[in-house]
Amino acid sequence: MFEKILQEMSQAVIDGNKEKCEELTRKLLGLGRSPKEILDRGLVPGMDVVGIRFRDNIIFVPEVLISARAMKASLAILEPLLTQGEVKEVGTCVIGTVKGDIHDIGKNIVGMMLKGAGFKVIDLGVDTKVEKFIDAIKREKPDIVGMSALLTTTMGYMKVVVDKIKEEGLAVKTMIGGAPVSQAFAEKIGADRYAKNAAEAVKRAKELVGVATIAVSDQSSVISHQ
Amino acid sequence: MNNHQFLQFLQSGKILVSDGAMGTELQKRGMPVGVCPEEFNISHPEIVQGIYKDYYDAGSDLVTTNTFGANRSRLAMHGFENRVREFCVKSVELALAVCPDKSGKFVAGSMGPTGDLIEPLGPRTAREVYDIFSEQAEALAEGGADALFIETMMAAEEAEIAVRAAKEKTNLPVAATMTFEFGKAGLRTMWGVDVKTAVSRLTDAGVDIIGSNCGRGFDEMIAIVRELRPLTVKPIIAQSNAGIPDWVDGISVYTETPEIIEPKAQEILDLGVNIIGGCCGTGPAHIRTMRRLVDKKQSL
Ligand code: B12
Ligand SMILES: [Zn+2]
Repeated sequence: MFEKILQEMSQAVIDGNKEKCEELTRKLLGLGRSPKEILDRGLVPGMDVVGIRFRDNIIFVPEVLISARAMKASLAILEPLLTQGEVKEVGTCVIGTVKGDIHDIGKNIVGMMLKGAGFKVIDLGVDTKVEKFIDAIKREKPDIVGMSALLTTTMGYMKVVVDKIKEEGLAVKTMIGGAPVSQAFAEKIGADRYAKNAAEAVKRAKELVGVATIAVSDQSSVISHQ
Repeated sequence: MNNHQFLQFLQSGKILVSDGAMGTELQKRGMPVGVCPEEFNISHPEIVQGIYKDYYDAGSDLVTTNTFGANRSRLAMHGFENRVREFCVKSVELALAVCPDKSGKFVAGSMGPTGDLIEPLGPRTAREVYDIFSEQAEALAEGGADALFIETMMAAEEAEIAVRAAKEKTNLPVAATMTFEFGKAGLRTMWGVDVKTAVSRLTDAGVDIIGSNCGRGFDEMIAIVRELRPLTVKPIIAQSNAGIPDWVDGISVYTETPEIIEPKAQEILDLGVNIIGGCCGTGPAHIRTMRRLVDKKQSL
């Protein structure tokens, strides 16, 4: 029975059905399921499928945003319980689009997916200067700093932030992304990880905090497994 | 030039050459990353006007104004939300002042996306977006633009609203261009809009000229025009990027040079495009090539 409701929940995330997500979240909590189980086995598999379908051009930005909204509604119910210490966050990630750049759709999707994967996410918004990153690192003590850049003219700024983090000797891992960014570029500027899309960003983030990932085979089959 | 002449020119079968990029050209001429490009109309008019002039000199029949982000919503990011009219009027005036005094030379007012998500995806209502575009369209008309060019649209709804506002608030001809990329689902915008849907929705909204700008370079633009041409009898416009730039030692380098694009631009012309030009990464040298091709074609 729980299995079936969890599957329904994944489907509600995929469909972007916010009301259904909320309803099923309450129902599962009422049945005594833990927030962590709801997150890991209901919301996250749904969002995984969304990420894969987006990558494969089966769905586009609006569908992703609607799914993200559905998941967010569910998370809003779960979050107070999660922070009560019943479930420990996987890690903390500060994320922002770098200075001079206002593209935030990709960054927001990555932030949403990280949240879905159990990370605490602090979003610094767009046009983020190095001081703002450094302040946030000192204040929030995150495990990871995520940076997004969509312009070839702003991606260079990621190096400024990486260098400053090293200069200040802050114990935080860096992860970068955005259309013009590549693995080679990440290596060149000394960033710890690069991810091509949001699904991969979750994997890389988990690597950085030392959490094992269960491989998502591919396709929508993940939701019809059980 | 007045607006009737603009459409008449196109209807007479003349092919117009538009300009190349404004944004990347401003950067080349010293605009730092992160500043408001539209504010340059006021603080660095000589740079903006120099770009217009270089395009006319290279053979552009029309230039698009430095007002892509001069809408209330985009300007608010720089605290300039109350300067829409000022930036728009000034930008058009700068172009008119260097527009060759000949028939067949025009100034098009550029209107880009608000950057906002419209309900239910985001906080903006359709009404607010309509008002934002109305304010900009009216200001560009007030400055004396011959036409309005709505550019780089990815969401059909936002493009439609912009077209309606431009048509209802001014009596100028309106062009709308969307940005498509080729993926597993064929040519689509990031919002999933395909070429056919774009044509039918923009046509219903009352657009005069339909097309595509930006994107991933001339090869994809050829594919877009091939798909678009049979779908409409309206004039069509193609303004491609000079490819996706590489990052070489801290500067972005666009890969499609004037030499590389020459046969591709020829192919776009042969497919029956009515206005040809460029987007990010193209400059006066690209326009010179297009001018030559268009002149040759029209002398045949
Ligand atoms: C939408 C868009 C805009 C919108 C942005 C709205 C917004 N709120 O974000 C608007 C219209 C405002 C805009 C403005 C401009 N844009 Co623009 N824009 C785009 C466009 C079409 C889509 C970007 C997008 O949202 N993609 C969808 C998301 C989901 O994908 P994504 O961002 O790549 O994110 C994924 C991955 O990269 C990764 N990822 C992203 N961030 C992160 C972060 C981390 C930590 C990790 C791990 C992973 C990760 O995961 C994401 C999800 O899978 C692109 C073209 C393109 N196809 O990329 C051009 C593009 C990025 N823009 C471009 C340009 C030139 C501009 C302007 C300069 C135009 C101008 N003349 O004004 C301005 C710049 C404004 C500024 N200062 O930033 C160029 C950049 C060229 C270059 N490489 O330098 C592009 C590539 C268009 C082109 N073909 O030339 N733009
Ligand atoms: Zn462009």
